[in-house]
Amino acid sequence: MSTAPPAPATGASRLARRGSRRGDDGFRLLTRLAGLTVLVILGLITWSITREALPAFRQEGLGFLTNRRWVPNESPGIFGAWTFIFGTFFVSLIALVFAVPASIGIALFITELAPTRVRRVMTFVMDLLAAVPSVVFGLWGVSVLAIKAPDFYEAIGSPLSAIPGLGGVFGGPYNGKSFLTAGFILALMVTPIITSITRDVFDTTPRGQKEAALALGATRWEMIRGAVFPHSRAGMIGGVLLGLGRAMGETIAAALVIGAGQSTGVRLFASGDALAARIANEFGEAEGTWRSALIGLGVVLFAMTILVNLAATAVVSRAGRKG
Amino acid sequence: MAATTASGPASERASITRSSISGGRRVRNGLATMLIYLAVAFALLPLAFVLYYVVSKGLGVVDVGFLTNELPAQVRRATGGIGPAIAGTLVITGFATLLAVPLGILSAVYLHEYGGASPLASAVRFLSNVMAGVPSIVMGLFIFTIYVLPRGDKGSSGLAGGLALACLMLPIVIRATEAMLRLVPGELREAAYALGTSKSRTILTVVLPAALPGITSGALLAVARAAGETAPLLFTIGAARQFNWTLGGPNTALSAQIFSNAQTGFPAALDRAWGAALTLIILVLALSTVARIVAARFTVR
Repeated sequence: MSTAPPAPATGASRLARRGSRRGDDGFRLLTRLAGLTVLVILGLITWSITREALPAFRQEGLGFLTNRRWVPNESPGIFGAWTFIFGTFFVSLIALVFAVPASIGIALFITELAPTRVRRVMTFVMDLLAAVPSVVFGLWGVSVLAIKAPDFYEAIGSPLSAIPGLGGVFGGPYNGKSFLTAGFILALMVTPIITSITRDVFDTTPRGQKEAALALGATRWEMIRGAVFPHSRAGMIGGVLLGLGRAMGETIAAALVIGAGQSTGVRLFASGDALAARIANEFGEAEGTWRSALIGLGVVLFAMTILVNLAATAVVSRAGRKG
Repeated sequence: MAATTASGPASERASITRSSISGGRRVRNGLATMLIYLAVAFALLPLAFVLYYVVSKGLGVVDVGFLTNELPAQVRRATGGIGPAIAGTLVITGFATLLAVPLGILSAVYLHEYGGASPLASAVRFLSNVMAGVPSIVMGLFIFTIYVLPRGDKGSSGLAGGLALACLMLPIVIRATEAMLRLVPGELREAAYALGTSKSRTILTVVLPAALPGITSGALLAVARAAGETAPLLFTIGAARQFNWTLGGPNTALSAQIFSNAQTGFPAALDRAWGAALTLIILVLALSTVARIVAARFTVR
């Protein structure tokens, strides 16, 4: 209400404050824009790869997903992704069969068994395993494992394939580059991921529950089954799903050791192919509809991994609310 | 075992010792313990094998010439080196870091300091988790369709590769930074407000410095992950044999060299791949070790 002109000092400070408020708003806007880039990028990914894949989708219709024939070199080519969808699931499943028990075991070792110093070493080793680039695993897989594996596979596979009903799964030919080799290499890569999540949930088991089980005379294993597992079930499932998502999207190692075959049967030693591996191996030479179909494989892979990751998030967040 | 048949206080004492646990339960416990050790061995043995091969085969190849020479014209020849690939990895990963780290930190500041539990912030947080699960090859396809393809022959470049790697790093940086901001005590912010400091100044001069060690270590882990990635680079950087220290024009990278040499199967190419693998692993491990030292040194209160 005062009509007197403000003293120069006050004016200056008010001006400074107004300036700083403008800076304040500006900074808030800046951070919000940064946050929005995530939305923008995800939107752009969906839009751009779907648009490039449309010609192939239009040509093949639903057959793109269900047809197992992939003949890119003829004109017009035939583009059915079933071989690769099947291979992606099969290889990821093999990886989980190895990785899940191993990860749970390692997590139990770190949280329940190991003395503090060993625990620290083991945590470091898992970090090391996680830090090895996938292309290095792929190099080892293709130039060491795949060379030595066939003899070993045959030694295991031929007696097992004699069992009625298992002839298909364990039958030959025994390829070094096969579903099993790729699954094993992928298992090495997802083990650190599943381990770190299961270890975190095991660690949150209330100490009182574990001690109560032990005080009732439970052995360590009975304590783990009775106290740790029930408490951690949802977290473990979430960890496994995240591992599955990672295994499905893993490209380079699979591209090197899966064998680029056409198998769509549940046969461990056969050469097959996976979505990401086929994209990596063929993209360089592809043109036109062929390239569009390969990008289409990327769209399918994108959709599959997002579904798996959403399921994982849902399971974990429900567990969080319950606990 | 005689104690169990006897009566009196002696048997009560005996019944709570280990020997009173029935045989079946003891066997099961022993079996479970053995399986746990087996699981540890499952992870340790292949890791040891891989590292042994990388070091033993790599050391036979790596020397000063290998690290500084240009790539050979023919992969089957045992000449040349991987110098341009080292340069490419540094340039591409460096550019991706310059993009993803500031953007990721600002996004996390928005999520934790401004957005909180608002619908927009929840959506951004959720989608950032979704983005973390997008396969790296899809990031490569994305940059190919949106950046490389429209530019035709001139599209393939270190810049395109850096964009793809930045997409990969962004969610990792956001998640690590938000976790660190959560650890900064609210009293610090309130103390700054009480002194009349504006919110943006508080964040820039109080909150972020307090969280800096954790953010640094998270960012370095993201850089290590990006440096080892191959799939996002396959369709984005093109191919080069000479040194290219710029973002424009075709480039190459260590991971891409390992992949293409491993695919050929020639003995000389495989040797070069092992040498590049040793170089890449040392680079990645150096980054993640620095990250861990930074984290361990500064998180102690």
